[in-house]
Amino acid sequence: MTDVINVSELDPRFKYEIAAQPGGENIKACFSCGTCSAGCPVREIDERYNPRRIIRMALLGMKEQVLSSDFIWLCSTCYTCYERCPQDVKLIEVMNVLKNMAVKAGYVPSVMKTQIKLLSDFGRLYEIDEFDNKKREKIGLPRIQMQREEISGIIKLTGLDKL
Amino acid sequence: MRYALFLGCTVPARARNYELSTRRVAEAFGIGVVDLEDFGCCGFPIKSVNRETTLLMAARTLAIAGSSGLNICTVCSACTGVLTEVSRELEHEDERAKVNEKLKSIGKEYKGGVKVKHILRILYEDIGLDRIKNSVKKDISGLRVAPHYGCHYLKPSEIYDHFDDPEDPKTLDELISAISATPVDYENKKQCCGGGILAMDERIALTMAGEKIDHISKESADCMTLICPFCAVMYDDNQKGISLQAGKEYNLPVLYYTQLIGLAMGMDPKRDLGLQFNKVKTKELLSKIGIE
Repeated sequence: MTDVINVSELDPRFKYEIAAQPGGENIKACFSCGTCSAGCPVREIDERYNPRRIIRMALLGMKEQVLSSDFIWLCSTCYTCYERCPQDVKLIEVMNVLKNMAVKAGYVPSVMKTQIKLLSDFGRLYEIDEFDNKKREKIGLPRIQMQREEISGIIKLTGLDKL
Repeated sequence: MRYALFLGCTVPARARNYELSTRRVAEAFGIGVVDLEDFGCCGFPIKSVNRETTLLMAARTLAIAGSSGLNICTVCSACTGVLTEVSRELEHEDERAKVNEKLKSIGKEYKGGVKVKHILRILYEDIGLDRIKNSVKKDISGLRVAPHYGCHYLKPSEIYDHFDDPEDPKTLDELISAISATPVDYENKKQCCGGGILAMDERIALTMAGEKIDHISKESADCMTLICPFCAVMYDDNQKGISLQAGKEYNLPVLYYTQLIGLAMGMDPKRDLGLQFNKVKTKELLSKIGIE
C-alpha cells in the first residue's frame, strides 16, 4: 500500500462503479467510524487487513491499489461488520463486489482457479470416487453421484472457464 | 415432515461423522430426509469470483428441490447462508425470471417457494426443546460443553428472520441444556473459525482457530460442539496443526451437535454417530459418561 496518495492517479468513478453492482449500493454511506475494523477477527490477528482502510481507499478512487491488493481476499465472511455497521454498508457484499471486479481486472488468486477447476470437473469441491463411495456404503451412507455437467455448464455460461 | 437433504461439498467427503449422525438423529425424530442425486455444490465457494455463478448454482439447487416438492435441510452453515439468501432473492418474480432465462441452457427452472433450514434450526424450531428433552435416554449431565455457533448459521440475521440473536445467540446453548449437558460460556464465544480464509492465509486462519481453542480450554470444557463441517475442519482436523503452529499441546474433542444429542439419545457412538472418524479422540469423553 502506498503512503503518499497521488491525486492525479485517483479514479473518482470507482465508487460509482462499485455502487452500481449488486451488493455495492451502500458503499458511499460509509462515514469511516471503524466499527468494521474494531470487530474484525482477521484484523485482530493481522493489522495489514483493515476493512475501514479498504473502503476508504475505494471511496478515494484508489482503484488499481484496491483491486490488485491481496487484502481484499482476506475477509473471512464472518458477517460481524455486516451486522454492526451503523450505515448498513453491507461490507461483505462490498468486498465481494471488489473481488469480482479484481477477477475481471485479471487478479485471480490461484486457489480460486483451482476451485473453479474442481467444480467444473466434479460439480463439488471434492471428488467422490468409487473408493469413497465404497467407504460411504460400508457405514450405511448412500452413494454420491458426481454431477459435473450442469455445474460446468453454469461455469462456462458465466465465463469462469476462461480465467 | 420431509426435507431434501443437501450435503454440499465438505460433508460427504470429509465429515461422514456429521452426515451419519444427522441421518440417525433425523430418523429418530421422524424427520424424513430425502437424497436428491442431482445436488452438487451450493455455489458459496466462488461468490468472491463471480456473484452470478453463485446465484445460478444456488438457483439450480433450489430448482432441484422445488421440482421434488421439498424444502431443503442443510448441514453446512455456508450452504445454509447462500441458499437462504438466494431463495429470498428469487421470491421476486422479476429476479426469478432473469435467472430462469439463464438456467434454461442447463434444462432447469425454479418456480420459487423452496425454504432452506439448517438441521439445528429444524431441531430447535420444528422438533422443539420439549420433545428433545423427552428423547434423552442416557445421562450426560456430567459433560461441560462449549458451544461454537460459527457465523453463517446466524448471520446475516436479516435473511434468517432474526430467529436467534447474532450478538447473543442462545439456540445451541438451549439445545445443549435440553439434553442435560452443561453449556460452557467462554471468552469471545462468537469468534469465527477462520475457515473462510484457510486457503488464502493459513497462518491467520489457524491463529483464529487456535484462539478459540485456548479460550475454551481455560474453562475446562470437556468438548466443543459445533454445527458446520468447515468449522470442524478448523478445530478438529487442524487441531494438530494449530498445536504445532502455536507450540502448545491441545486435546479438545470436537463433536457435532448431532453426535452429542445422539449420545444422549443412547445411540451407538460408532455405528450411528461415527465418533471413530473424529480426529481428536473421544475415548476419555465417552468414559466420562460411562461408555467404554
